[in-house]
Amino acid sequence: MGVSLQDINRTVSGEIHLADVNLEFESGSRNVILGRTLAGKTSLLRIMAGLDRPTKGRILIDGRDVTGVSVRKRSVAMVYQLFINYPSLTVYQNIASPLKTSGIPKSEIDRKVRDIAGMLRIDDLLDRLPAELSGGQQQRTAIARAMVKNAELLLMDEPLVNLDYKLREELRVELQDIFSRRQAIVVYTTTEPTEALLLGGNITVLDEGRILQSGTTQAVYRNPATVKVAEVFSDPPINFLGGRIQKRTAVFGQDIRVPLEGDMRNLPDGDYTFGIRSNHFFLSKNGPTDAQIQAQVELAEINGSETFIHFHHAGDRLVAQEDGIHPYRIGSAVTLYVSPGCLFVFDPEDNLVAAPSVDRIHAKAV
Amino acid sequence: MARIELNEIAHSYHPNPADESDYALKRIQYVWEDGGAYALLGPSGCGKTTLLNIISGLLIPTRGKVLYDGIDVTGLPPEKRNIAQVFQFPVLYDTMSVFNNLAFPLRNRGVESGEVDRRVREVADILDLTPYLNKRAEGLAADAKQKISLGRGLVRSDVAAILFDEPLTVIDPHLKWNLRRKLKDIHEQLKLTFIYVTHDQVEALTFADKVVVMYEGEIVQIGSPQDLFDNPEHTFVGYFIGSPGMNFLDCTLEGNVARCNGARIPLDDGVAAKGRNAQGKIELGIRPIHLQVSSVAVDGGVPANVKMVEDQGSYRLVNLTLDGKTLRARVPESEPIPEDQAWLVFPLEWTRLFADGRLIK
Amino acid sequence: MEKWPNNKAWFLVLPAFIIVAFSGIIPLMTVVNYSIQDIFGPGEAVFVGTEWFKEMLGNHRLHDALWRQFMFSGLVLLIEIPLGILIALAMPKRGWGVSASLVILALPLVIPWNVIGTIWIIFTRPDIGLFGVGINSLDLLEVPFDHTAKPIYAWITLLAMEVWHWTPLVALLAYAGLRAIPEAYFQAAKIDGASAWATFLYIQLPKMRGVLTIAVLLRWMDSFLIYAEPFALTGGGPGNTTTFLSIYLVKLATMQFDLGPAAAFSLIYFLIVLLFSFAFYQALLNVGRGEKA
Repeated sequence: MGVSLQDINRTVSGEIHLADVNLEFESGSRNVILGRTLAGKTSLLRIMAGLDRPTKGRILIDGRDVTGVSVRKRSVAMVYQLFINYPSLTVYQNIASPLKTSGIPKSEIDRKVRDIAGMLRIDDLLDRLPAELSGGQQQRTAIARAMVKNAELLLMDEPLVNLDYKLREELRVELQDIFSRRQAIVVYTTTEPTEALLLGGNITVLDEGRILQSGTTQAVYRNPATVKVAEVFSDPPINFLGGRIQKRTAVFGQDIRVPLEGDMRNLPDGDYTFGIRSNHFFLSKNGPTDAQIQAQVELAEINGSETFIHFHHAGDRLVAQEDGIHPYRIGSAVTLYVSPGCLFVFDPEDNLVAAPSVDRIHAKAV
Repeated sequence: MARIELNEIAHSYHPNPADESDYALKRIQYVWEDGGAYALLGPSGCGKTTLLNIISGLLIPTRGKVLYDGIDVTGLPPEKRNIAQVFQFPVLYDTMSVFNNLAFPLRNRGVESGEVDRRVREVADILDLTPYLNKRAEGLAADAKQKISLGRGLVRSDVAAILFDEPLTVIDPHLKWNLRRKLKDIHEQLKLTFIYVTHDQVEALTFADKVVVMYEGEIVQIGSPQDLFDNPEHTFVGYFIGSPGMNFLDCTLEGNVARCNGARIPLDDGVAAKGRNAQGKIELGIRPIHLQVSSVAVDGGVPANVKMVEDQGSYRLVNLTLDGKTLRARVPESEPIPEDQAWLVFPLEWTRLFADGRLIK
Repeated sequence: MEKWPNNKAWFLVLPAFIIVAFSGIIPLMTVVNYSIQDIFGPGEAVFVGTEWFKEMLGNHRLHDALWRQFMFSGLVLLIEIPLGILIALAMPKRGWGVSASLVILALPLVIPWNVIGTIWIIFTRPDIGLFGVGINSLDLLEVPFDHTAKPIYAWITLLAMEVWHWTPLVALLAYAGLRAIPEAYFQAAKIDGASAWATFLYIQLPKMRGVLTIAVLLRWMDSFLIYAEPFALTGGGPGNTTTFLSIYLVKLATMQFDLGPAAAFSLIYFLIVLLFSFAFYQALLNVGRGEKA
């Protein structure tokens, strides 16, 4: 099965929610829709589910136009941000509920419910009511209910956003595993770049109702087409510094000079924006051409296994990332290094003209 | 200013607690030093809010004493202790202006109006609330509201400690950064004792100089963020701090080698010696960031199979199987990953042994 | 939000629409019909235009009844709202006392309205009523207490009855409002050293604003339409001193059979009620807006 969205537009009382969305989803594919809040992710899912009708455009399933077909007649399941279960039904009854109307024999329903409950590790909670479950268990139940009828299209709208980080971590890994055992088209929305990267597959970056870029998740991460994509697809935020290229040297910030390497040497002189991911600020010098930045720590944010060092440079707020947990006092001085091989270069129209090559990053460490 | 001492505190919500399991808090003994920035970190239900309420005086513990600067305050209500509290949701006097909200605790204590005015303006200035002083508190954004809640504590010159109960829950993610920074700034400036309760490791580790990790009603470790990461003293700390958490393997000791099923992992001599004397279930623990993955056989390397690679952009998480057990290793962007067969190196200085969950020391 | 258009849904609404049409719209149109014609007998109707309306608007007895009605509703609110809040504040917060007090409070609400009138007639009777006999035995009053003896006695009796009957509703609403305030507010107030009065003024009262608006609205409308109880208790007397709008209207329509003026009066009454409903509804909306932030 394949789903194709053709020229989808949706306007609600004059406000554009989606504009000119064209997308193809293949059977068995995993698709991430990445975008900030209000980017149009939920609008898109609701249209795909058949809960809303597009103002303009068509939805085709296997080449058949289903734009006007209601949600009940489509083979689709959806999981929401909030943990939505029937409060008066047990976990078992909740999971079985989508099968009740389809005339499947009882024993078959029982087998399917136990199967999916086992996969989501809630098989020992089947007799409980949703109110007696933790948030994570409630969302597992909701996911099980969505998956039990084997819908061809599985839509997940930021399903993990309301869970504690440890639960999120565990469920993310399990979901990956579960998706890989299914033939359904999975469409998964998220605001978090790390989640998108973990799920892999294809990605569509959405902003203000428009598609900014689509492709495989890795390719988009390595080659963000515009400044905006790079911004949406990086956590902590990618650092941007305005500057210029002068005689094969990038000049930016407070007199930072980096001689260009490889293909970047062919870039003509002129004004550019340079993007540096937080993990590409290094605390030690990796090469002879590395430029040095003196900075004062604004705040060291500790994120699980990394330390994000926030600092100011030439009026811009920048973030560097260091592996492990390290104490930094506010106001203490750090020296950071920028390598020529780690620069994203954007032209004055904010389009990408050069990205760091993975090989070169690999070579750096050796 | 005060030094807060918890003396053999235990608390049960049952009227007649019979055994250990009836206690929400089991024997807590700790001293909060004057002027420290502390975080109380743990999953929901670990007893951290109960402990906070005992410190603030909203709860009287079943057993034990609370001392403020050596004076027993166990039976005193919150208003008689010199503390302030910021709650999960902004608690404001909706009908009052921001100024009156900040002045409220002072006026209740009969402070004369000139002094009230001076203190309120001073605190408003620290919290960047000056432009809003004449606005009604009700219409402000969540972050400004939380700042007002904090301000009501800061205006009091007698305040010894400020307690925070998951104060950033309702704040937009991109504004959290600002508020965290503000809190750190204020702490550096005023040197008050701050106790910050949260289930979120980012918040606890970013805010505090000392993190108190709680698990099932007990304090399992107290240390600096770096300590908790580098030297977890309990398997729970290893699991809870860090993303992903520590790898654990059941093992037995044979000389200076830990045997996990068929795999033989070399250990530091001292660690192994203590491990051999330890009682209970022995587990080996190592953080994904410290586990080294090699594509060629290396000295001391343990053979394993690569099962899955999760590319996280700036690093990759490699899932490996070692005799049926799954381990996760974190490999930097710049390093290659073997296709299938790999050798794992457990650096001696980062390989820890735990007996019944506790670090063998 | 735009949904799938499904016109079948209208068929489901149709029965309700027909019932409303028969019970509401058709009688209303009949009233309009009466209000603009003078009907002498079957088939003998004369169109009179706005004559009945003019007559009723200039009618002194209607003015008096309206004035009395405002007085009564105003007094009802002034007594019931503060009293309801006080009761709610005094109610226990946990334990068996909660259900006990809720049941006791709900008792007056489940008694039929005309029965309440009868209860109070007996309760205040000077010969056998507990209150009537009791107050007269104290010998404080110049004229012995009897709700038919003096207008003031009639009013006091009516107000007491109304307060006894409906204050529990206000108290229940206020109690619900109080229970909905998160514990953190009281903890914060304690920490800020607030007195009980300050806690009431700055936390409890503002947080009850929503439910109190509903209480005011309900009590205002209800007391404005009051009929059964004063009819059973005083029948509008002594004189016309307790003749409220509805009692006057019924007298006009069923005793004097002035259907035209009565119909015009009904419409005016209806408009007054509508106007106040609208005003309160607007007030409610604005309260809601304040709460959201």
